[in-house]
Amino acid sequence: MARFYGQDLGSALMLGTALYPSPAIMADAFRASGAGVATVSLRRENGASRAGQDFWSLVSNMGVPVLPNTAGCHTVKEAVTTAQMAREVFDTPWVKLEVIGHTDTLQPDVFGLVEAAKILCAEGFKVFPYTTEDLIVAERLLGAGCEVLMPWGAPIGSGLGLTNIQGLRTMRAQFPDVPMVIDAGIGLPSHAAQAMEMGFDAVLLNTAVARAGDPVAMARAFGKAVEAGRAAYLADPMEPSDMASPSTPLIGKAFLE
Amino acid sequence: MQVSVTGAGVVGLCVAAELAGRGAQVEVVDRVATPGPHACSWWAGGMLAPWCEKESAEEPVLRLGREAMDWWQQYTPVIRAGTLVLTLDRDSRKLDQFARRTSAYDIVDSETIQTLEPDLAGRFDRGLYFAQEAHLSPRDALNALTSRLADRGVTICGKASRTDGVSIDCRGLAASDALKDLRGVKGEMLLIRCADVTLNRPVRLLHPRIPLYIVPRGNGVYMLGATMIESSDRDRITARSLLEMLSAAYALHPAFAEAEIIEIGVDARPAFPDNLPRIRRDGDVIRVNGLYRHGFLLSPALARMAADLLLEGIKPEVMDEDYS
Repeated sequence: MARFYGQDLGSALMLGTALYPSPAIMADAFRASGAGVATVSLRRENGASRAGQDFWSLVSNMGVPVLPNTAGCHTVKEAVTTAQMAREVFDTPWVKLEVIGHTDTLQPDVFGLVEAAKILCAEGFKVFPYTTEDLIVAERLLGAGCEVLMPWGAPIGSGLGLTNIQGLRTMRAQFPDVPMVIDAGIGLPSHAAQAMEMGFDAVLLNTAVARAGDPVAMARAFGKAVEAGRAAYLADPMEPSDMASPSTPLIGKAFLE
Repeated sequence: MQVSVTGAGVVGLCVAAELAGRGAQVEVVDRVATPGPHACSWWAGGMLAPWCEKESAEEPVLRLGREAMDWWQQYTPVIRAGTLVLTLDRDSRKLDQFARRTSAYDIVDSETIQTLEPDLAGRFDRGLYFAQEAHLSPRDALNALTSRLADRGVTICGKASRTDGVSIDCRGLAASDALKDLRGVKGEMLLIRCADVTLNRPVRLLHPRIPLYIVPRGNGVYMLGATMIESSDRDRITARSLLEMLSAAYALHPAFAEAEIIEIGVDARPAFPDNLPRIRRDGDVIRVNGLYRHGFLLSPALARMAADLLLEGIKPEVMDEDYS
């Protein structure tokens, strides 16, 4: 089972709470997917005044552990302030740390990320850093105190799936004991299944479900895909081969066709 | 029948007008006697666009919203010029997706776009045209309802003069004291004046997060809207929202860069968890609420249903659990 910072999750699917047609559809999507975590972004404009409390209560009341995130933060200072607000609002030390480098590519600013991770880990946060597949950055994040890594599959909201499969495989192999989540860029259940088959511990997505024509049906599909991918990984898949490999022996056949 | 309607926003005025038109003795209670910025409908877009809304709204919004045009026509000019949907994205797949989730549109090419909106000539290769949709001026409409009610002797008064009779609560978000599942969804809008661009109909721009639209109000005035933020905040606009709306206008036509900003509006729409409206009976009070971003679109249907309930005893389809 997916386990992060000592907590077991009911499912390896982490689902975002933005962009749904309505909170009721969001709640149905969570039920249908069996998601193990709800991520929620905290707009700073709401954090101070608590004007977003009604929505946050809807999220908290879904009965799924909440992982607040610092979505849309472009500087270390913004990300740290948002994380502190989130801890207060949701009463959890968990935070998904995003420090965005570009407004158009939404690529993580890994330098700012490491810096913010250091500050937050020192303050007792359990940080889930949204990063690239870069191994050195990963080492620095672990050094900063992170016990989870969240490499991207593809740019946020792109739905492209895993665009650097080899890089992600290398990262998985390099840090075999670190819980890892594929975050961002997942567009289809097959992308999520692929990530799980590769041995990642969870996937995090939002747009692929929330912006589907039928978010609830898509959520259900993702729940199944994540489960199937995890089961396949645990079942120790066969090694692929470049050549055909007959499943019944040829020797001894009366005629070779 | 004697009815007291509390709240003189779009819902309250529509309910009062419908009831008065069907012979009930109505009074309207609000702390302010004329329509104004205290009601969130003051800031509305005024698009009667049920087919476009269907992209993200549920089925009742399309079905009930279709009643709106003829209903409003009784009180205020309804401009039946359709809606043009465009994408600023080079990638037109978003337009295909919008088309898949809606109906009653024509796919239009640059030539048709030029015919519909000459000022947009050469700027867009492809769009969707929803010919059956319409728009109105929300403030004119609210004023028209108020004066029509006044003609019937119904004025907006500060407190109820009767305690007998039926009471209808149309207070919008202010009713969250009685409706615990009501929440605010913040919206921000702008009114701009730009003499250099003429648009004949609302233009919607596909945007990854919010439905951005520009509604012509005549005389070079345009309404730009609207953000959708899970927040009950009613009085602050952020730089981000302002930038997003203005850049959308600028991308639609660069001449909007010279526009004068006339007004900035911020308010919170009342919404239930499924973003659909409700009529809820609560003892002697009937509450009509949760019209979300569809105040002008759905008030006529909700007013009809409230009147059917009171005058004919017909249970409305949007009536939910009885709290009495």
